[in-house]
Amino acid sequence: MSFKIVVLAKQVPDTRNVGKDAMKADGTVNRAALPAIFNPEDLHALEQALRIKDRIDDAEIIILTMGPPRAAEIIREAMYRGADSGFLITDRKFAGSDTLATSYAISLAVKKLQPHLVIAGRQAIDGDTAQVGPQVAEKLNIPQVTYCEEVLEIKEDELIVKRRLERGVEVVKAKTPLLITVHSSAPTCRPRHAKLIMKFKHARTVSELVEETKDYTEMMTNKPYLRIEEWSVADLDANVESLGLSGSPTKVKKIENVVLIHKDSINLTVNDKDMDYLMKELIDSHVIG
Amino acid sequence: MNNSIFVYCEIEDGQVVEVSLELLTKGRKLANEIDRKLEAVVIGHNLAGIEKQIFPYGVDVIHIADNSRLYPYLTLPHAEIIAKLFEQEQPEVALFGATSVGRDLAPRVASKLKCGLTADCTSLVFGDHTENKTGKEYKNLLYQIRPAFGGNIIATIINPDTRPQMATVREGVMKKEVFNSTHKGEIKYINVDTILNDNHMAVEIIERHIEKQKVNIKNSQIIISGGYGVGSKENFDLLYELADMLGGEVGASRAAVDAGFVDHARQVGQTGVTVRPKLYIACGISGAVQHTAGMNESAKIISINNDPKAPINQIADYVITGNVEDVIPKMIKFYKKNTK
Repeated sequence: MSFKIVVLAKQVPDTRNVGKDAMKADGTVNRAALPAIFNPEDLHALEQALRIKDRIDDAEIIILTMGPPRAAEIIREAMYRGADSGFLITDRKFAGSDTLATSYAISLAVKKLQPHLVIAGRQAIDGDTAQVGPQVAEKLNIPQVTYCEEVLEIKEDELIVKRRLERGVEVVKAKTPLLITVHSSAPTCRPRHAKLIMKFKHARTVSELVEETKDYTEMMTNKPYLRIEEWSVADLDANVESLGLSGSPTKVKKIENVVLIHKDSINLTVNDKDMDYLMKELIDSHVIG
Repeated sequence: MNNSIFVYCEIEDGQVVEVSLELLTKGRKLANEIDRKLEAVVIGHNLAGIEKQIFPYGVDVIHIADNSRLYPYLTLPHAEIIAKLFEQEQPEVALFGATSVGRDLAPRVASKLKCGLTADCTSLVFGDHTENKTGKEYKNLLYQIRPAFGGNIIATIINPDTRPQMATVREGVMKKEVFNSTHKGEIKYINVDTILNDNHMAVEIIERHIEKQKVNIKNSQIIISGGYGVGSKENFDLLYELADMLGGEVGASRAAVDAGFVDHARQVGQTGVTVRPKLYIACGISGAVQHTAGMNESAKIISINNDPKAPINQIADYVITGNVEDVIPKMIKFYKKNTK
């Protein structure tokens, strides 16, 4: 049984641990100083794809991402862990896309690939919207199953999936083609494989090859799997009006950096006198007790 | 066309869920501000009498789709019914709870209608807008305010040209308030059979274990929350001990949940629960806005942190500089001493 899986992934700034280096003098975040990482739940999505590939001989995993040229880094990262090939949707015309415009572009790319299954992380840590998965499914006019934790059974035309909901679990049967989004409670992704690093370390997009000083011509001819395809607006035959700012119904009116309002606080240390004082205060003011 | 404010009412076991009632309360206020109707959408099965739970929130019209195929919730039939209803009724604003249902459903509907959607809003207000390029002026746009970028920025999002203006809001962010317990409105029934076909039933539920939430930190007056700085799952036991003694609950920051120290149900913040207890003790929490957005209205805040410069100290009433594992046992000891 042949089974084609497209995994949607995003390169994101690591917003989880905004350390001191990433703070500017005025107390705001210096976004440029944050490391770019593989969106965590997209790695969970990749693991689900790899588990399907473990079970089906003839499964193929294609990693698809949209972003600036450097986002090819996460395609290689996915290859080191077992993805077979990758595509990067990149074009300046995509800049400023909200989730709707992004979903439109991704759906066009998925249509070209014609997979049985699309797997995405539930949400990306830079926006936390969880909207792109369901919106890609809608644009493709295929069903969606969100918050997946485990794929229990796979047939070419049908999957049985366990979902993690806020108040319990649900097991559903869904027809392919299908899009699933994977929850953070699903297993984490397996590590890189040394053999795969050797195999794919020279995988490059066309834009990256232009930057290389070394001549890749022969290598790319002999090992066509090293080519990471780039797709532009023209390659996707996209309607430019539906992309970028013009294709985005939501507009950002204002961005405020968060500055916490300073309260006059009482500073204490861990000595007995301070602790005794604190607990007395709390009890006397009826906050506790 | 009266371009009303619409609220999707989520049903669990015959009850309208809490967040939907909170949104009806907010929706009533928004509707009054721009002189529109408030309309509710309820989709499910065996819904006879459901209006009794909804009208008291000041709802003018309830749209009911009642059919055996509509409960438990499935994405495709619910999305199809709502999209059809919105195409017909042209709402000005549509609000959904940011629950596992709302966050599955709202994006699908927004994509179908090609309209804007803002997730996890912490505030919704009307305001005006002038488009820079064209000079075009807009009156009473819905400002959808939400933290973004891990909570380090607060963004105000607008949808100038598409309707409805859609937003999701988490439970606990808006306040629930009965508008008028004897209020009555109009009920309109949706003809489900003319809308659904077999393609909408491509997903089938085989098994479902929905548990009532075991922990509900939202209603607790005392919350002892731990962050990544607590260090381990074992160290969280200290927090449970203090919480037990004070009659409170244990909360957590996202970092502590991600690290596997505690269950997600205890997460306080933008992607967790919003709380307003009378005492909030933040243990080893640095204070990313993602977190503080969910607790900064607590009456009293104590921060325990070994970093005297932790951002959360800015909003704390008491700042204790030290390690969580040193401070909490002392708090327990002196609580016992002073209550004897």
